[in-house]
Amino acid sequence: MNLLQDLLEPQADPDGWEAYGDEQKERVGFFTDTSVCIGCKACEVACKEWNVIPEDGRIWTGESYDHTSQLDANTWRHVAFVEQRKPLVGDGDGSTGLRWLMESDVCKHCTHAACLDVCPTGSLFRTEFGTVVVQQDICNGCGYCVPACPFGVLDKRHIEATTDPPPAFLGRKEDGRVWKCTLCYDRLKGGHEPACAKACPTKSIQFGPLEELRERADARLAKLEGEGWNGAQLYGRDPEDGVGGFGAFFLLLDDPEVYGLPPDPVVTTRDLPEMWTNMLAAAGALLAGVTVLTLLGSRK
Amino acid sequence: MTEPFRLDGKPSITAVGSEMRSYYGRPIVKEPVWTWEIPTYFFTGGLAGASAVLSSAARLAGNRKLARRALYIGAVADLVSPMLLVSDLGRPERFHHMFRVVKVTSPMNLGSWVLLVSGGASTTAALLQLLDRWKPIRIAASIVSTLAGPPLATYTGVLVADTAIPVWHEGRHELPWIFGASAAASAGAAASMFVPPREAGPARRLAVAGVLAEGALVQAMELRLGKIGEVYHQGEAGKLSWAAKGLSVAGAALLARRGHKSRAAAVVGGALVCAGELSLRWAVFKAGFQSARDPKYVVESQRRRIEQDGTKATTRPAS
Repeated sequence: MNLLQDLLEPQADPDGWEAYGDEQKERVGFFTDTSVCIGCKACEVACKEWNVIPEDGRIWTGESYDHTSQLDANTWRHVAFVEQRKPLVGDGDGSTGLRWLMESDVCKHCTHAACLDVCPTGSLFRTEFGTVVVQQDICNGCGYCVPACPFGVLDKRHIEATTDPPPAFLGRKEDGRVWKCTLCYDRLKGGHEPACAKACPTKSIQFGPLEELRERADARLAKLEGEGWNGAQLYGRDPEDGVGGFGAFFLLLDDPEVYGLPPDPVVTTRDLPEMWTNMLAAAGALLAGVTVLTLLGSRK
Repeated sequence: MTEPFRLDGKPSITAVGSEMRSYYGRPIVKEPVWTWEIPTYFFTGGLAGASAVLSSAARLAGNRKLARRALYIGAVADLVSPMLLVSDLGRPERFHHMFRVVKVTSPMNLGSWVLLVSGGASTTAALLQLLDRWKPIRIAASIVSTLAGPPLATYTGVLVADTAIPVWHEGRHELPWIFGASAAASAGAAASMFVPPREAGPARRLAVAGVLAEGALVQAMELRLGKIGEVYHQGEAGKLSWAAKGLSVAGAALLARRGHKSRAAAVVGGALVCAGELSLRWAVFKAGFQSARDPKYVVESQRRRIEQDGTKATTRPAS
């Protein structure tokens, strides 16, 4: 993988993907169309079932029908529920209308993925399908990807390990590794669609080749526009956005922050070449400063 | 319009929801999962890196006592550092996975390599100094640790800046410089504690200069951060920032005024500066958590960027 080159000259293709050569597969992803989501959470359940994700407690939040709250190590699909006094279609006069927005959130499988860039062990890698996956036998739980992700997707699993537990001499039971959506890498390998898309009863979650999904999304946006839907917008569809386009993008009915998504995410490593140069200058100044201060004083 | 009914009389979620520009006030980016070992390592790593440089510079200046003591201080800090880092890992037994790859896009990966080189070199040099043997090897090891020291002391600034945490990422221009100045201050302060006042002149000067430079750099960073930087004046980060300033300035003043006469003053002054530098690393660490916890920092900084440059994250209908 030539990550340095990708860093200096970001390409349209996912970082690291080109390394597969002949074994490269078509880039696949999700188009999550929230305008047809009914909040059934079949995706959450199917994801947990297929990927054997452990139960991590149930908390009553009082936040509409959402007791899952966020994506984390033990939740790779999360359905958000937003209740608004606003009509679904047309402006309304503010006195009528109630809409209930639902959105099934997931890892975005970014074209330029900060988690993959900052991972110090190479545990996070780009698959032949252009997706981003954690290798659980490599991850040492350093946690760097957790604050690096602009969407807050990755998290460390703090509950007891269900597979591959830490050695007894450490006296720890906690899993301690980072987990996230794999876009069902195992299912893709077997020629199946991911579990969440398979389970979705309304085709809110659509799986397929990314290029095809983008065309489908454009058509859907045009249709909703024609019908006058409030706030319809695609999120993460443009390959020229701050992360080079999402592998899993969305059709939203309000601004991203309403769903707990960042309005203009940028891959942090975009600024890394500048940061390294700056650090070298600081290191040089430290070397020179300490030496000069020490030598000058000693001559007196 | 009638408000939806609620037993407790508070506005219902439905009513609040129409105004809400966040998802129930929940964070957008995740707080780091790093624990106390990490800010402590930022201090010990900085101390190790700058002490290696101080040791070699003192040797060039013919100040053998300062050179030796700074070498030992740096070696001890270099030994403690990897223990802290391994202890923080979710899977400590896999610490060596850090060395599976060399990866320029990961400050933690390159930092691990720098620490390996710096730690190996400085402990070798210190051991040979103690044994008083194999001088050429000792000198070679000293040179290596001197060159690895400044990157070790400053890369941690890039490590935190290379994240999605607003207060860290937007502080990327100053953080490596602040950490470098803080490292210089702590190396000077630690040497002032362990070297007799007569030979510790350069160390005291370094401590004072480091504290002054760091004060100016922190101000510069806060100016640039604007509203995002308010976390440095709130909560735990706010208290730690005050502690950092108070302790380091008091210690530097004591070193400057009394450090050349009294060993006791040098020890107390040096300890105060070290405590101040440790507090500074903790202030930066905690500020990151506070910045992640409130979604307004992510939303407001990105909205401001959108107002200036537009965005391609969202695609709206053509009309």
